[in-house]
Amino acid sequence: MGSIFRKEIRSYLSSLIAYITIVVFLLAIGLFMWVYPDTNALDYGYASLETLFTMAPWVFIFLISALCMRTFAEERKARTIELLATHPVSEWQIILGKFFAAWVIVLFAILPTLLYFFTIDKLGSPPGNIDAGATWGSYLGLLFLGGCYVSIGLFASSLTDNQIVAFILSIFLCFFFFSAFVQISKFEFWSAQSGMVEWIGISYHYDSISRGVIDTRDLIYFASFMAVFLGFTKYQFSRRTW
Amino acid sequence: MSIRARGLSKKYGTQTAVNAIDFSINTGEVVGFLGPNGAGKSTTMRMLTCYLPPSSGDAEVQGLNVLNSPEKVKRLVGYLPEHNPLYPEMYVREYLHFVADLSGWKGDRKKRVEEIVDLTGLRREVNKRIQQLSKGYRQRVGLAQALIHDPQVLILDEPTSGLDPNQVVEIRKLITEIGKDKTVLLSTHIMQEVEAMCDRVVIIDRGNIVADSNLEELQKEYGGNAHFVRFKKQIDAQQLVEIEGVESTESVGKGEYRLRHSIPGDIEEKLFAWAVEHNNVLLEQRAEKQNLEQIFRTLTNGNNG
Repeated sequence: MGSIFRKEIRSYLSSLIAYITIVVFLLAIGLFMWVYPDTNALDYGYASLETLFTMAPWVFIFLISALCMRTFAEERKARTIELLATHPVSEWQIILGKFFAAWVIVLFAILPTLLYFFTIDKLGSPPGNIDAGATWGSYLGLLFLGGCYVSIGLFASSLTDNQIVAFILSIFLCFFFFSAFVQISKFEFWSAQSGMVEWIGISYHYDSISRGVIDTRDLIYFASFMAVFLGFTKYQFSRRTW
Repeated sequence: MSIRARGLSKKYGTQTAVNAIDFSINTGEVVGFLGPNGAGKSTTMRMLTCYLPPSSGDAEVQGLNVLNSPEKVKRLVGYLPEHNPLYPEMYVREYLHFVADLSGWKGDRKKRVEEIVDLTGLRREVNKRIQQLSKGYRQRVGLAQALIHDPQVLILDEPTSGLDPNQVVEIRKLITEIGKDKTVLLSTHIMQEVEAMCDRVVIIDRGNIVADSNLEELQKEYGGNAHFVRFKKQIDAQQLVEIEGVESTESVGKGEYRLRHSIPGDIEEKLFAWAVEHNNVLLEQRAEKQNLEQIFRTLTNGNNG
């Protein structure tokens, strides 16, 4: 797994993909956080990072889909997948190597926003009354959300050798699993089970962990979500349909 | 026994790409795997390298089954696929380091990469990106990739395809050199390649093995009694069949004919007598060693060789 992980990281760093992803993320979030009149934290009146945590999942849908679209599609197109598959690394090692590499890039996109945390903390009146528990919970939620998106992105990329197709498919799947279930749960005919339907979507658990209470059920949900999509990827990989 | 296939088959849907083939390759042999495009060469190689699972039958590499112990087989085999799997944006040295890492090379990786760079003649290109290299050098990088973990068995799928004649000669020389102490299975659809490099040839056509022997035997068996003859006056090629022992004839030029016969000793005399009898002049005749190209065409029914 190490060799694949190292190769992926090197490839992200040497091809600008990583920098573009990180810079665009910070730029977009920065604009929402500090500039746009409707959402900026300065006019908001409360010492909170809420803008960051509401906007980030939406920005991530695009950025993580872009980050992951090449993972398998490119290897299929260049046939380098055959190189990987005929060396003594298992399919899981290949998939997990790629998964963790992309996740680490997501982590590096999130890390600089800690600066926002300290800024807001200092700007609060009196300084230091930010809800630290909720903020750390939100960070953890955002990291897991990123992991879920990465697993979706890998799966979408494993379906095709066309990166654009992988990108669009990944955007749809991320969007669907993040927000659709909240809407779907509003249909009349399962009003009794609406809670359960909502529970399937990522946003339910993201919101839950954002409150600062780290519930094992949410953690298990995130882990299972990633495992399921990585499992799909593994299945797709084993089929050798290219 | 270095490589052994028993009833090895691969089906894609209803299409049979490889049909229950049996063959074995001894340690240290260089074997040419020959066949027209789409004959099943690549598919067979992909099964031997654990890339594709066989539909039925099995294969062994150095006594290890490809289905039961793929990881071990992968460690023993160096494989250059038909489409050279390179990362164009990587530097040559970076790529080789990655492959060494991937193949689990335990020793001093830096030293090993430099050794391979020298062995494959990449010294001057080592600091370039792969996308900057010419096709010949890319192929060398591909070979370096296959060799980096010092495998006992080398499987090369059309290692010289798409190269110019000089590059072809260089790559062949390189393979011959490397092949001295390794078992090599290489596929090609070019006959001269087999003549230049291989001890033995396995010919495959539409998923079936149609010949498996060393080159001399093959020539004896299929090309033994070919004869070339030139007359002054053109004749109908079929006329020559009336000579006793002549099995088939074909016209190969103006007044020039090639015939296959079963009378090794006195065909010359008979042809001469025939010419006199038909009031024709025999200008030239010679026994022909049928070349591999023709044998290949005969065996694979003249498919696009």
